[in-house]
Amino acid sequence: MNEQAQLLPGTLDLLILKAVSLGPLHGYGVLLRIGQISGQALLIEQGALYPALFRLVRQGLLKASWGTSENNRRAKFYELTAAGRKRLREETEGWNRLATAIGSALAARPEEA
Amino acid sequence: MSIQSYCRTLAAKVLRRSEIAHDLDEELRSHIEYRVDDLERSGLTRAEAERRARIEFGGQERYKEECHEALGGNFIETFVHDVRFSLRVLRKSPGFTVVAVITLALAIGANAVVFAVLNALILRPLNLPREHSLYGVERGENGFVSYLDYVDVRDRNRSFESLAAFNITEVGVNAGKEPSRAWAFEISGNYFEALGVRPHLGRVLQPTDEHGVNSVPYVVLSYGYWNSHFQSDPDVVGRTVQLNTHPYTIIGVAPPGFRGTLLFLSPDVFVPLVNHDELSANGELNARSKHWLFEMLGHLKPGITPAQATADLNSIGDYLQKTYPKEEPQWKFRLARPSLYGNFLGNPIRAFVAGLMLLAFLILLAACANLGTLFAARASDRSREVALRLALGSTRNRILRQLLTEAVLISLLGGTVGLLGSIVLLRHLSAWQPFPRFPLQIPVNPDANVYTMAVVLALLSGLLFGIVPVRQVLKANPYEVVKAGSSGGVGRQVSVRDVLLVTQIAICAVLVTSSFVAVRGLIRSMHSNFGFEPRDVVLAETDLSMAGYRGEMVPTMQRRMFDALETIPAVKAVGLVDEPPLSMGGMTTTVYSDKTTDMRSSNAAASPWLYKVSPGYFDAAGTALLAGRTFSWHDDDKAPRVAVVNREFAQKLFGSIENGIGKYFKLRDGALVQVVGIVEDGKYFNLAEDSKPAMFFPLLQSPWADTWLLVRSNGDLQDVSAAVRSKLRELDPGLFAYIQPWTTELQGVLFPSRMATLSLGVLGMMGAMLSITGIFGMAAYSVSKRLRELGIRIALGARSEEVLRAALGRALKLLAFGSAAGLILGLLATKVLASIVYQASPRDPMVLAGVIVAMSLLGLLATWIPAQRALSVDPLILLRDE
Repeated sequence: MNEQAQLLPGTLDLLILKAVSLGPLHGYGVLLRIGQISGQALLIEQGALYPALFRLVRQGLLKASWGTSENNRRAKFYELTAAGRKRLREETEGWNRLATAIGSALAARPEEA
Repeated sequence: MSIQSYCRTLAAKVLRRSEIAHDLDEELRSHIEYRVDDLERSGLTRAEAERRARIEFGGQERYKEECHEALGGNFIETFVHDVRFSLRVLRKSPGFTVVAVITLALAIGANAVVFAVLNALILRPLNLPREHSLYGVERGENGFVSYLDYVDVRDRNRSFESLAAFNITEVGVNAGKEPSRAWAFEISGNYFEALGVRPHLGRVLQPTDEHGVNSVPYVVLSYGYWNSHFQSDPDVVGRTVQLNTHPYTIIGVAPPGFRGTLLFLSPDVFVPLVNHDELSANGELNARSKHWLFEMLGHLKPGITPAQATADLNSIGDYLQKTYPKEEPQWKFRLARPSLYGNFLGNPIRAFVAGLMLLAFLILLAACANLGTLFAARASDRSREVALRLALGSTRNRILRQLLTEAVLISLLGGTVGLLGSIVLLRHLSAWQPFPRFPLQIPVNPDANVYTMAVVLALLSGLLFGIVPVRQVLKANPYEVVKAGSSGGVGRQVSVRDVLLVTQIAICAVLVTSSFVAVRGLIRSMHSNFGFEPRDVVLAETDLSMAGYRGEMVPTMQRRMFDALETIPAVKAVGLVDEPPLSMGGMTTTVYSDKTTDMRSSNAAASPWLYKVSPGYFDAAGTALLAGRTFSWHDDDKAPRVAVVNREFAQKLFGSIENGIGKYFKLRDGALVQVVGIVEDGKYFNLAEDSKPAMFFPLLQSPWADTWLLVRSNGDLQDVSAAVRSKLRELDPGLFAYIQPWTTELQGVLFPSRMATLSLGVLGMMGAMLSITGIFGMAAYSVSKRLRELGIRIALGARSEEVLRAALGRALKLLAFGSAAGLILGLLATKVLASIVYQASPRDPMVLAGVIVAMSLLGLLATWIPAQRALSVDPLILLRDE
């Protein structure tokens, strides 16, 4: 548990988009997928997922439809829309830029300043 | 997201509310089931797995709400929630709710009433098309002009589209049955055309009807008169009626909304101005020196400013003065709004209504300050609830929104109650006839303007006092409040709240002071010396010209009336006067010393009030003769001209009373008049006036057909009135007389001071009530905040006065400070009041004492309940509570 990192504000949406981009998922599946692709390193409150999903649907980045899952349970499946795909690309680039910048800033040594 | 799709989600959300909720339920349930499956697989029992899954998930309700919010468009939903919640909260504290609603209802009601009056009198007085460009033209001291002046100005000006004129008179109407009196506007031929008013039936008078003196035997009825006296007969056009015994043909009926161009007098009929001589029997139409025509009015041409128009008019004035130096005085022209007798009544009325509006607005502000304090007190009482809600995950926004909803709900409730109350009050006000003789018609019924104003004020004030506790809520730290309980001392330095309260108490004290001064003035003016004694006198007004009397017949008939009334038993004295003093009319004229030859108005020695009286008048009126003699029946047109003057006149022209008898003075036309008697001073136009000069001429030397009979008796006034009526009927059944006690007639002159007293009294009461709730709120708040401290003090053995001082000292200090400030301001304000109310003297010990007693009572009343609460603090219970 101690290995898990707190999510930075605003990153949940990006993670959801990324998780869904790999294939349609229901809510619990999104949670599992994020855990899987982050190597169980990110802690997401289960309940907090849903307001985020609803928000993304409302922004037109995701679309939702009821379907049946592998074990025959009814569930609501989310998939990326074209706008969602575009947003994911932009956000990923932005995030990478930020991460590089922060990373190099933090790696600076005294003689380089 | 586009507005369209937002609206779609909104609509979808509102329409499919339950569907979405169901959807969400199902989705969350499926989530938990997946989790349960996983947990079960990892080796837990099913029941244990379910429990764990739920705990892991967290507060379902909160997430559901967040989901709803995330969907957007839940403004309405939240709003409905807030309203429901607010209603529940308000119902739980009915005392607070009732006080708040009543406070606002009074404040908004007062504003609505005053605004409705303002609306009716000033914003939209006559309800005519293009009223903004409609101006009345005035000239000289009282605004009257001669008919020939009017014709010259009408034809020579380049500023008006069409300049009309009208005069007010009364006529006797005989439509075949009982003759009756009616108010008439004598109008120029272009009157209706200039105003843009079209007839309801038939046609109106036209310029082409006029062919000189007495050439237009036509009459136009007002809509109301057509209704009441002709039963709305559609065939009335073409019928002939007798006006003052002359035949006139009804040519049309004015439209329903048109009540003439004066607010305080709506005419029954419209008659031609060129027939003035026939209808009034005064022969003034073509006399340039007689200024009797009431008002000229018309629309300015497009592009002409009032200043240009005034310059244009004054150049005509200069021409008139040059051409007719004897008849035309050097009077300047002025433009004025026509509806309230131009600047004469208009300015004081406008000032008065504007003052009232200001006071009403101050009261609303005070009410908001009050409610703000109450709300802040409540918010701090509820700080635990707020803290709990914050701790449970509610957002500050949500809490603020809810508090504001509560405030606006109260303000709307209060506004509605206030508006309903004001509508009732305005109905009565519209139907109110303060002057029995004048058909006052000022419809002050609320219209869209008034409703809008009330709603806007209600919303604004709701936001205003709802905002007061905002800072408090924003500052609230849930953990601290829940941990420590409500403590935190009352601020020691001067806070905004204190300033609000002091201001408000000061306003209240101003109102209380001014209403006390007004009441005292009113009481004094009822018992002051008028220069006549109205008690035991019956007045009978008759206009002989209405009954067809002309020339020599007039004085003969007046003598017969005088003789007949003298024979009534119990009658002590009878007199005739053209218009008794203090009857809201009368006229002044300029007089000159006997040596003056240049009769310019700048050379005049005085401009006294002029009364035409018969022998017996001074006895009947109860005016004391100081020197010389009064008139006899021998002072007629064959005898030398004589006058009785008052003390002020004698002192002004001759230096003293003794000097005056037998002396001469000159009139404008050069005639010499000898003073034969001197009487005491009196009040002539209003009760607040200083001593004015006045003179009395024998009625026989200046004949006048429209007179008042004064009958002084020691009998019952009702019996005497009946006897007067039957005597007059015996003499001429076609004569109409207004008969009433003189004291009743005087109600009119007391009207302004009564009105001022009444409005100030009502506003003062409201101010007092607001101050009570304000001080109460402040005191109750400070007691509840310091309850624990007080309990400890009591436990340590403090005496009651010490507890009270600790609990209420601050509130009482504010009260004393505010009252003192208000008293001083109020005394300054009475200078303004002095022009309306008779002898409104601020340096009156009764007033000072009254105000101090009133404010102390007020303080006592307001702090009574908090004081009781402070004294009944039980330290044991308080400490246990912690």
